[in-house]
Amino acid sequence: MRDARPSVTVTFDGEEYDAFAGESVMDAARRLGVPIPSLCYLEGLSLYGGCRVCVVQIAEDHRLRPACATTVAQDMEIKTDTPLLRAHRKAIIEMLFAEGNHVCAVCVSNGKCELQDMAVATGMDHVRFDYQAPQREVDASHPKYVFDPNRCILCTRCVRVCDEIEGAHVWDVAFRGADAELVAELGKPWGESTSCTWCGKCVAVCPTGAMAYQGKAVGEMQHHANVVIRLATARTKGQWLDPEEVG
Amino acid sequence: MAAVIDLHEVADREHEARSRYPWRIKACASTACLSAGAGATVQALEQTIEAADLVLDAVVVPTGCMGLCSRGPLVRVLRRGGDETMYQAVNKEVAIDIVRKHVRNHEIVDTNLLDTNIPFFTSQERVVLANGGVIDPDRIEGYVAHGGYEALRKAITEMAPEQVVEEIRSSGLRGRGGAGYPTGNKWALLAKAEGDQKYVVANGDEGDPGAYMDRTVMEDDPHRLIEGIAIAAYATGASKAYIYVRAEYPRAVERLDRAIRVARRNRLLGRRIMDTDFTLDVEVRIGAGAFVCGEETALLASIEGRRGTPRLRPPYPTERGLWGQPTMINNVETLANVPTIINKGAEWFSSIGTERSPGTKVFALAGDLVNIGLIEVPMGITLRSIVEDIGGGIPDGRSFKAAQTGGPSGGCIPAEFLDTQVDYDSLRQLGSIMGSGGLIVMDDTQSMPDVAKFFMEFCMDESCGKCVPCRAGTVQIHTLLDRIGNGDAVWADLRHLEQLCATVRDTSLCGLGQSAPNPVLSTLQYFGKEYEELLSDEKKEVADA
Repeated sequence: MRDARPSVTVTFDGEEYDAFAGESVMDAARRLGVPIPSLCYLEGLSLYGGCRVCVVQIAEDHRLRPACATTVAQDMEIKTDTPLLRAHRKAIIEMLFAEGNHVCAVCVSNGKCELQDMAVATGMDHVRFDYQAPQREVDASHPKYVFDPNRCILCTRCVRVCDEIEGAHVWDVAFRGADAELVAELGKPWGESTSCTWCGKCVAVCPTGAMAYQGKAVGEMQHHANVVIRLATARTKGQWLDPEEVG
Repeated sequence: MAAVIDLHEVADREHEARSRYPWRIKACASTACLSAGAGATVQALEQTIEAADLVLDAVVVPTGCMGLCSRGPLVRVLRRGGDETMYQAVNKEVAIDIVRKHVRNHEIVDTNLLDTNIPFFTSQERVVLANGGVIDPDRIEGYVAHGGYEALRKAITEMAPEQVVEEIRSSGLRGRGGAGYPTGNKWALLAKAEGDQKYVVANGDEGDPGAYMDRTVMEDDPHRLIEGIAIAAYATGASKAYIYVRAEYPRAVERLDRAIRVARRNRLLGRRIMDTDFTLDVEVRIGAGAFVCGEETALLASIEGRRGTPRLRPPYPTERGLWGQPTMINNVETLANVPTIINKGAEWFSSIGTERSPGTKVFALAGDLVNIGLIEVPMGITLRSIVEDIGGGIPDGRSFKAAQTGGPSGGCIPAEFLDTQVDYDSLRQLGSIMGSGGLIVMDDTQSMPDVAKFFMEFCMDESCGKCVPCRAGTVQIHTLLDRIGNGDAVWADLRHLEQLCATVRDTSLCGLGQSAPNPVLSTLQYFGKEYEELLSDEKKEVADA
């Protein structure tokens, strides 16, 4: 079935494509198979714009824009892969690695981690900055799940999925700057939260090993972020997407 | 419904009351002078007048800021139909002397005389601060006697909203919060926007270290701001306005609250203002101590009672702002310009300053200068004139090293650019910004990497933590500056510093992060040698880490 939406012509790194009027650069790129890295973006959730790894350049405009929050326009020249963008993305990934305590070798998500994938994709093989080695306590108070803030990158996917899809709003961000942290119910241990429905969506969408099932060993934690788009599609269109198809 | 204030009658009564006293003593009771002891000064003046049996001859008027804060408490003695004398450092004893000698015996108190014929006063052009040192901020009568609310009356009874927008547009007024967006264009956007309810917000979340331009307007001339807001609301079709004031300004909150109540009582706010169909409610909202809430989308989140973090734009607030409705945010100083523009006309306003940056700018002059205080100068004045004439030059025989404008979002300008005109575009070309009006002058004893570190620490503490480059990048920049300052850095660290600054500048979500590297980048550009000299001796040779 042909999509009836009006289309616009854009170029991704010099190649011409048809995009739908009104869709974001990110959505167009995903559909058309143009790779743009992302961390906080998740189809089906509201936009956040916090990770900044999806920045792209439009023509010669020196102001970079997040692909997730930029709408396509006719004849838009989108650059997704330039030396400058690669350098910035790599630096941002390095900042994330230096900010938390990301030790892949002992992580439940080793080999199944979006942050790790991003490090590989951007060619980040070492960190030039000082590790901040923050002291953060693991919250294992929930009978079913565990939250390890050492691995949290504050993408707020869990905050948004809990609020927007599950409707519970257990999670939010407290404090600011380098002290910003994820909290359950204004700072309770997760296990004592009365609003948590145990649905596990926060765990499913976590891009790193910060949220996991209890009892997982190194490399055993498989997330299922596509649950969001499946739920969102089911709600808005009454269709249940095949998990294989939505990747 | 209460009666509408009769502006002429109030003004006449005020002028008449004023002429009853042969002597009027205006005592600065603004925050800077108060902290220098102006409270005791005012008390001593009043008690001495009574004790010397001069209550029918002299009256004390506590006023707003007179500008030369470093010489406070300041007092102006005005003789009916005659001369004016200004005194500096008026403590209790001097206050008693002023009454006994000057008022009673017509003898000047030489020891504390302040010459008003110095460039500090003569080179200024006061528009926004016109009532500073003149009126009692707590009395609407004083404001009205100096032409207050005449512009509002003119706008809502003689002008169509489009005409008001056009007047502001053709005046060329640009946002005084720092970015310099044309105010008239912003007003036109809100006027055009469609929504059930439109909002005007005055941004009084002044957070730059050492800056107090907006505080002074809010504390010392609250009705000017309210009048500016009312005109903006009329022109754009808004019926609700907020004044967002940082919690660190309790006096401003108190004064504004009182001024709003008084304005309502006089039918200058509320329903059917001045018996027209124009209705406007104004409410003060208090911040919770976050610099980032000066960023407009974070400010809106804070007013809505949510966590003060910026959001992605577009949509811009004029499309979707407070509670999803069209909202316009203007800086306090911007709005304070509005009544005068409506009164005197766009042409008059654009005759001041430069073609692309018309009008005046208020600066909080601080640092290594002879004269420290609050000044208002025409745009286009040279930095040299501000530093050497108004500021009185560098004290203790030292020499000028740099001027920092724009606070933590701005840069340091070296001596070679002292003859640059102060306007939005020239300052940007130098890697700094106009900013909201902080201007810190540094002498040759100051270390520029230290200055950069100070501002980076500020940005690091004030980052909201939403986007990675600002949250984690400012920490890394600060770490590197720390290492450089400790003499432990190598060449590679300097290179990483520049690269980090570029990433934070280019990829951060909001203005805070995007401009946070400016103090580092500008000092690297103009004072790069100082960074190099701090590199560790043994490690200077190491090419890369």
